[in-house]
Amino acid sequence: MTVPIKVETLSYTYNPGTPLARTALDDVNLEIGDGEFIGLIGATGSGKSTLIQHFNGLLKPTRGRVLVDGVDIWQKDVRLKDIRTKVGLVFQYPEHQLFEETVFADIAFGPRNMGLGDDEINARVRRALELVGLDFEAVKGRSPFELSGGEMRRVAIAGVLAMEPSVLVLDEPVSGLDPRGRDELLEELARLHRRSECTVILVSHSMEDVARLAKRLVVMHKGKVVADGPVREVFRMTDLLKEVGLGVPQVTEVMHELARRGKDVRTDVLTVEEAKAELLRLLRGEGRVR
Amino acid sequence: MEEMIRAENLGYQYGSAGDMRHTALRGINLSIRPGEFVAIIGHNGSGKSTLAKHFNALLVPTSGTVTVKGMKTSDPRNLWRIRQTVGMVFQNPDNQIVATTVEEDVAFGPENLGVPPAEIRRRVREALECVDMVEYVRHAPHLLSGGQKQRVAIAGVVAMRPECIVLDEPTAMLDPSGRQEVMRTITRLNRDEGITVVLITHFMNEAVQADRVIVMESGRIVLDGHPRKVFSEVETLRALRLDVPQVTELAYELNKEGAGLPDGILTVEEFADAIAGASHESRAMEGAEDGRAHPMSIVREGADPARDRRAKNSEGSDRAGCRGRAATAWCGGG
Amino acid sequence: MFGNLTIGQYIPGDSLVHKLDPRVKIFITLVVITVLFLVSTMAGYGLVLLFILGAVLLAHLPMRFVMRGVRPLLFILVLTFGLHLFMNEGRVLFRVGPLVAPYEGAFKGFAMSMRLVLLVLATSILTLSTSPIELTDGIESILSPARVLGVPAHELAMMMTIALRFIPTLLEETDKIMKAQMARGADFETGNVVQKAKSLVPLLVPLFVSAFRRADELAMAMEARCYRGGQGRTRMKQLRVGAKDILAAIGSTAALVAVAVYL
Repeated sequence: MTVPIKVETLSYTYNPGTPLARTALDDVNLEIGDGEFIGLIGATGSGKSTLIQHFNGLLKPTRGRVLVDGVDIWQKDVRLKDIRTKVGLVFQYPEHQLFEETVFADIAFGPRNMGLGDDEINARVRRALELVGLDFEAVKGRSPFELSGGEMRRVAIAGVLAMEPSVLVLDEPVSGLDPRGRDELLEELARLHRRSECTVILVSHSMEDVARLAKRLVVMHKGKVVADGPVREVFRMTDLLKEVGLGVPQVTEVMHELARRGKDVRTDVLTVEEAKAELLRLLRGEGRVR
Repeated sequence: MEEMIRAENLGYQYGSAGDMRHTALRGINLSIRPGEFVAIIGHNGSGKSTLAKHFNALLVPTSGTVTVKGMKTSDPRNLWRIRQTVGMVFQNPDNQIVATTVEEDVAFGPENLGVPPAEIRRRVREALECVDMVEYVRHAPHLLSGGQKQRVAIAGVVAMRPECIVLDEPTAMLDPSGRQEVMRTITRLNRDEGITVVLITHFMNEAVQADRVIVMESGRIVLDGHPRKVFSEVETLRALRLDVPQVTELAYELNKEGAGLPDGILTVEEFADAIAGASHESRAMEGAEDGRAHPMSIVREGADPARDRRAKNSEGSDRAGCRGRAATAWCGGG
Repeated sequence: MFGNLTIGQYIPGDSLVHKLDPRVKIFITLVVITVLFLVSTMAGYGLVLLFILGAVLLAHLPMRFVMRGVRPLLFILVLTFGLHLFMNEGRVLFRVGPLVAPYEGAFKGFAMSMRLVLLVLATSILTLSTSPIELTDGIESILSPARVLGVPAHELAMMMTIALRFIPTLLEETDKIMKAQMARGADFETGNVVQKAKSLVPLLVPLFVSAFRRADELAMAMEARCYRGGQGRTRMKQLRVGAKDILAAIGSTAALVAVAVYL
């Protein structure tokens, strides 16, 4: 089995050798398996953004190696352009990078840079728009700047999807969206993951969102990976998460609080549905619900 | 008693004619009393931002009227007094800071009002104390975190001595800790300084901290009341695809199975109390949480939230009240 | 790329030079520049250089940092020197093929280069020891008498302040958009001039769009804070010329004028 991304003893320092030098990553080791859905969490300044920019070679490690499909991406004969089509990176507020006159042309920018033919580009733009839930015929000729905020965000994400990367990294893809826009986009991400089987790395501040989508959580703090494991396992470590300035989903917190008050409940619930089932069991046991 | 803001049959249309015409607000009737803390929620495009911009005459109604302390916003002669009375904080912290240092930026408003230099200095100092940013007086804004920038923006408004502050999604672009900083600042301004607050937000855990929540959809007000009451309308909110705090939703779901929990549970503590019985510790917390456990009807039934708040802070709660106290009562958590 | 530009940077400090009224500093800088164009002897340039070095010491500025500000000029300096060296006539110093380099040319070339270096050094000291805000306030105050002639002194100063405020923000944004486009396979480095210029479109369009959006939002935020132009506005910081400012102005001017007159 291939390993899409492997990071070995990676360290990164901004402005090395100056008084402004700041270590953003400190000896990070990480292996990302094929088809995983990973939530990458950490407070601002914990190094998550720096880390994901190493995945596609936008930043060069100060120390350590980054391997994509088993190949060190900073070897002499590796073209970074190829790496960037394998690892698609969607930045925060991606709609700020739109620049073309039409939605079609903007999404075609990536595939065109890959040197693909017109037919292939056409097919890819169509697929990408469909993946983000927009109608190809309706939007292809429109200016990206006259779309709504949520639509612009989708078009921008489609611009990365059209390169058909095997790993998709998204930095806070739902920030600034309203609850409806957020839910729709997250549902699309889940569907995308199921359908295309690509590896997804989701950087998020929302514990509720990662709890809903990710299978594995990587927690960063001060440039280090401080926890890495299945979502349930990680959300069990409430003390650690608090210490690094994060929380757990509100329902998880409720179960912890109830356990603290002596109730016999599972604390590894992640969603309202799970909490409901567990509490019904409790209340039935106490005879409060039939 | 005089109202802070009143909207009567307020309607607003963008664009002049033809295709570009778009109705953003339809027949809004609303009254906000001095000292209230009102949260407005709703989707993008529901009209909440447009409504907020009417409160300090950045927009004027195309039909109906808006008055601020009795002053009509459509009368240009009232413009500057209205903008001084109702301050406004926007979403993007970068795009509202004018100057190259924190203190110069906070001074910008008072300078525009023609306040004498010595007085400006005093106000800048006080305003920065209010938002707990005194140590950053000479910092360049671009080196601050998002939460800090937003607090500077709030200080810039506070230095103009407004009676009301309208915040248009001030936390939308911040990380969780930045959001907390801003919320702490806002609630403190409301409780200790008696400033009326209108907060527009997408985050329900922020809306539950208000005295009153207004839900907007398609340019209309669809729900208006105490958070307990509004958030107990789980079905309505779900139909609008708005969020409900997870605990509120959980309680609602359990009640459908006959659990008999109280309506409108808003916090983890309240939920745990309802299931496990109030522990000693959590009762103490509720007391400290001030007013939060009011019966839900209080705001709508004509009580004056500002009055009980002022009574609570009767020890010299004048406008300059930030001074000194900031360091003890409020910053402790910061 | 912007790291080694000394002009326009500011090093905070507490020195005598830092504390001078910005208008006085602008005035002295102007005097230095005028004198530089009047002086024509080596001794004259030497004395102005001494004056400037003295100012650097008084301002407690790191000498190497100040001198580094000349580095971006190197190309222009070489060009100036070369042009003067070969474009003059006189006693032959040396020949390169058909080109003749006379002593007069060497002297003129050196003098012109010196003039440029001193010009840059003098202005660097002004900006290094004066915060952008003070500088803006100083310019506004100097220009304000010209308001009666229709010079928009306040508006110009406001524009400068806003530009200064947004330079770091836009630089950060440029970096971000560049990376975002590189993640989509954009290439900003290789290719000929035309290809390079074309590759900038995906960078410049989003930058302009964002700059306009920012301008729009900033205008609204300023209006919400009762901004209505310079009229009826007060300033928190008042500029005040004190005894040391007057002394500095008189002393420097006298010394520099003497250099100009006698050398």
